[in-house]
Amino acid sequence: MEIVVCIKRVPATDTAIKIAADGKSIETQGVTFELNAYDEFALEQALRIKEQLNAGSVTVVTVGPKEAQKQLQDALARGADKAVLLLTNEWVHDSWACSHALAAHINKSKYDLLLCGRQAMDADNNQLPSRLAALLGFGCVTEVSKLSLANGVFTAERDIEGAREVIECKTPAVISCNKGLNEPRYANLKGIMAAKKKPYEESPAALPTSAMAIESLTLPPARKAGRILGTGAAAVPALIAALRNEVKVL
Amino acid sequence: MSDQYKALDFFDVDELYTDEERMIRDSIRSWVSDRFMPVIQEHNRNATFPTHLIKELGEMGVFGSSLTGYGCAGLSPIASGLICTELERGDSGLRSFVSVQGSLCMFPIHAWGTEEQKQKYLPKMAKGELIGCFGLTEADFGSNPGGMLTKAVKDGDHYILNGSKYWITNGSVADVAVVWAKLDGVVKAFLIDKGTKGFRGKEIKNKFSLRASDTSELILEDVRVHKSALLPLVEGLKGPLGCLTQARFGISFGAIGAAQAVFDEACRYSQIRVQFDKPIGRFQLVQNKLVWMAAEITKAQLLCWKLGKMKEAGKMQHFHVSMAKRNSCWMALESCRLARDILGANGITDEYQTMRHMCNLESVITYEGTHDIHGLIIGRQLTGLDAIM
Repeated sequence: MEIVVCIKRVPATDTAIKIAADGKSIETQGVTFELNAYDEFALEQALRIKEQLNAGSVTVVTVGPKEAQKQLQDALARGADKAVLLLTNEWVHDSWACSHALAAHINKSKYDLLLCGRQAMDADNNQLPSRLAALLGFGCVTEVSKLSLANGVFTAERDIEGAREVIECKTPAVISCNKGLNEPRYANLKGIMAAKKKPYEESPAALPTSAMAIESLTLPPARKAGRILGTGAAAVPALIAALRNEVKVL
Repeated sequence: MSDQYKALDFFDVDELYTDEERMIRDSIRSWVSDRFMPVIQEHNRNATFPTHLIKELGEMGVFGSSLTGYGCAGLSPIASGLICTELERGDSGLRSFVSVQGSLCMFPIHAWGTEEQKQKYLPKMAKGELIGCFGLTEADFGSNPGGMLTKAVKDGDHYILNGSKYWITNGSVADVAVVWAKLDGVVKAFLIDKGTKGFRGKEIKNKFSLRASDTSELILEDVRVHKSALLPLVEGLKGPLGCLTQARFGISFGAIGAAQAVFDEACRYSQIRVQFDKPIGRFQLVQNKLVWMAAEITKAQLLCWKLGKMKEAGKMQHFHVSMAKRNSCWMALESCRLARDILGANGITDEYQTMRHMCNLESVITYEGTHDIHGLIIGRQLTGLDAIM
């Protein structure tokens, strides 16, 4: 089975985000970037499917800047066979444009399965997997937290409101991966050593002109300091009054 | 998932490493954060090594990582060193386990063993399926290993060994021991398998230091081994000292990790601990301590990077390693003492890692050549005069 995994380089989740001087992007100086955590589940699942079938290949693709090579190398070190960097210096926040760039590349080869993280943890759009499936004409199951493969048919499970949905799907398919699907492996040292000898290609991302633009970015307002209404049982009436009249949760 | 650890890199030493070296470092750092940090406090309390992690360490490829072939990763000296830094950021016992396995046990088999010995031991040791230990030190012969009393006597196709070894890391858990003994007055190495009649390890208990690491006595009573157990290509003290040069290289990098861990803990604490209505990090005396630590860590990072480059180029001499080992252990131990001071009374509990590292480093500054002995090695190089012999 030929598998492609779409990954994204995103700021580390513990980054204290600062808005850049243009007011439309984030300050990247001093920010550590890492592989999007949901994409780690997608990569791990791809490697497990390949190991289960003992055949096929895993290609990782990203749309991003030159620096995204680091995340691709990380994926190769963990066991992916090939990496492709679709280069752009823009911050890709538009899932529509990004899906077109990815589809243009993916269409050049024949793939049976496309795995993505459920969303990228920078823009949190949660759109790319569905958009890609539509562009490629593939079936699509999103936010999958359990996946098995038997006789060429995938059985995917996903959490829905108050229940669990089980979906069977055939290839070609796009599956977006959720937390709980698996536990991603660490890159071992031999894998890291082998990574630089694996096929790696770069080409300009075929990004269409984005239909949307970011007008401004602002940080959430700082939290107001807490207020102590009193202590012990005597404070309860004031607390209830505040919850009812100010916060309006009662 | 991961702990909050942020490694100090004040001088962007990172850019001196190759991409591969950085990736290896990052991978081990994540592993230590995710897998080791959640369990170390409990193992340190109970004086046990987290044996369930040995297989994972083998899968990662950290055992004998700088060796080539036989399932070893064949890494650059700096990559192997950075692995030690990251492991010792977790605990000196963890780094010791890996150092003993790779530098003290796999290295001599790789360098001086027969092909049969290499095939028998190295692939399984690389995977962590076999654990090794290194028996050189004796109770009465620490800094002066040449005085060892353990003896081997030839008996037809066999050797018979008698004696004992002390302060042996992994001694009770090891599947194979590299035991140094005198054969007709010449130091030779023998590979002794666990379960060989007359050979046993006895754990040294009630340690204040390296609690999450097995330290044992090895007892040899008429241990009869076939002549194929002898490492054929080495004799004299240069053998064990060559192993120790490898291991000391790892310690030079390793101790920086312990210093980094306590610096991070103390620096973080200084920003949130409030006294006199201010975070204590605002006080000049506290800042001065943090500055001392940061400067010493940075100097040690640069010294070790150069050491690694010299090793890679085949120019590293044992006295270079002595200076790096001596410096790293000293500055790490001093950093622990300063960090403990910043942590105040909280620093004496094991909710904080500083005192665990401090206690560990009392061993690390002592084993594989004490601080003073390394001073004498450097002194001999500088003056041409030998203070020991």
